[in-house]
Amino acid sequence: MSDVPSELKFLSSHEWVLVEDNIATIGISDHAQELLGDLVYVELPEVGSVIAAGDSVGVVESVKAASDTYAPVSGEVVEINEALEGAPDKINNDPYGDGWMYKVALEDPEEVEDLLDADAYAESIEDED
Amino acid sequence: MANKTPLYQCHLDAGARMVDFAGWDMPINYGSQIAEHEAVRTAAGVFDVSHMTVVDVSGGAAQAFLRHLLANDVARLRQAGKALYSCMLNPEGGVIDDLIVYLLRDNHYRVVINSATRAKDLAWIDRQARDFMDLETHFRDQLAMLAVQGPEARERARGLFEDYQQQALAQLSRFQGVEFDDCFVARTGYTGEDGYEIMVPAASAADWWNRLLAAGVAPCGLGARDTLRLEAGMNLYGVDMDETTSPWVAGLGWTLALDGERDFIGRTALLEQRAAGIKQTFVGLLLLDKGVLRNHLRVVTPLGDGEITSGSYSPTLQRSIAMARLPAGAEGIVEVEVRNKLLKAEIVKLPFVREGKSMLTNGSKDS
Repeated sequence: MSDVPSELKFLSSHEWVLVEDNIATIGISDHAQELLGDLVYVELPEVGSVIAAGDSVGVVESVKAASDTYAPVSGEVVEINEALEGAPDKINNDPYGDGWMYKVALEDPEEVEDLLDADAYAESIEDED
Repeated sequence: MANKTPLYQCHLDAGARMVDFAGWDMPINYGSQIAEHEAVRTAAGVFDVSHMTVVDVSGGAAQAFLRHLLANDVARLRQAGKALYSCMLNPEGGVIDDLIVYLLRDNHYRVVINSATRAKDLAWIDRQARDFMDLETHFRDQLAMLAVQGPEARERARGLFEDYQQQALAQLSRFQGVEFDDCFVARTGYTGEDGYEIMVPAASAADWWNRLLAAGVAPCGLGARDTLRLEAGMNLYGVDMDETTSPWVAGLGWTLALDGERDFIGRTALLEQRAAGIKQTFVGLLLLDKGVLRNHLRVVTPLGDGEITSGSYSPTLQRSIAMARLPAGAEGIVEVEVRNKLLKAEIVKLPFVREGKSMLTNGSKDS
């Protein structure tokens, strides 16, 4: 059973969001990394770029498949996890910690309310199985 | 209902993630595909390949039949146990399947074909067999098959056999097998490593599996099997070649036995294709830019476009690699279209990896 931390918000496409001081940290869920298997390549948005909720902003590639990642929220990308370039397996090993992908300065904090809470996300991945 | 191999429960017990593979419930990995890949390159791993199709061909006409059916020549098998890799072609020279055929003993061959092609292969073989008297084909669906692969595979697997069997196994040369009662062991595989493929009755498969794991052999899934065979430059049927491709354009010209007058299915077409000139070449690609090469991506060369047939990530080289069909004469650096970007890749000789070692140094300097 995958880990779904209760303090996070989610997209049904498996991205997670943690908001602290108007900054959203974004990654992909434990369930997503399990589905993909060993990750070998991650493409992140550029720092300084402005992204809109729902945009395809990057790609995660495992040995077996490539998967687009979508922006859960709108705003400017203020930081990316550069350690992922040399070690994409950090996402497999610690999807909610060292495996974070990028941070966004929120344009509209209320957007976060539209995301799934942990229970709703856990339910959506159970339906998938 | 998906087919299950006799090892289905063993896979669940080992924590496998199961996927559908050509109608079979098979393990894709047991946690980490890369760790399993590395286990095979550095130590020993075991794959359940019981979904493969085993057909025994026997009778006075067995050799004549297989010499008609297959593009490689089973007359080359002169010693009991010897194995031969071959394509089975249609009259147009397209590949119906690729397979391994073993000479078990006089007038008795064992053919191992793919699982995804089982129904059409068996129908094709039966149809061709009608013209032969004194011939029996027997689909061995009660056999399980375990592939034990890696530099330590033979030693660890041998310990599970009786003393007299261990001696016979120690003397096996590559591409050769030996029969013990209801068990057949061959020094063959699909990983580019040494090892055995072990065929046993379905009822004893779980016991063999458990004893191999107890001997320190890592359970490995189809995910690792695919990256291992890709590194080893071994074709995958349905991906690198199919009924619309000739062995000439799939890197399989070396498997065609065209000498003499042997009249096998597809021969006329192969000779015509060769006389007309082979327009495509089958090569390895090493990605120089960042990213991952995937099946069916377009390859741009100065001589025209080609296509990746199999692409993935190479855990051994820690780069992305692929096999591709390109216009004949393509060489050097080419470009691959990945998500609307053109990435640089270098044409290299196959295989990429053999027995745990990168073959790239020679390959890339030569080309």
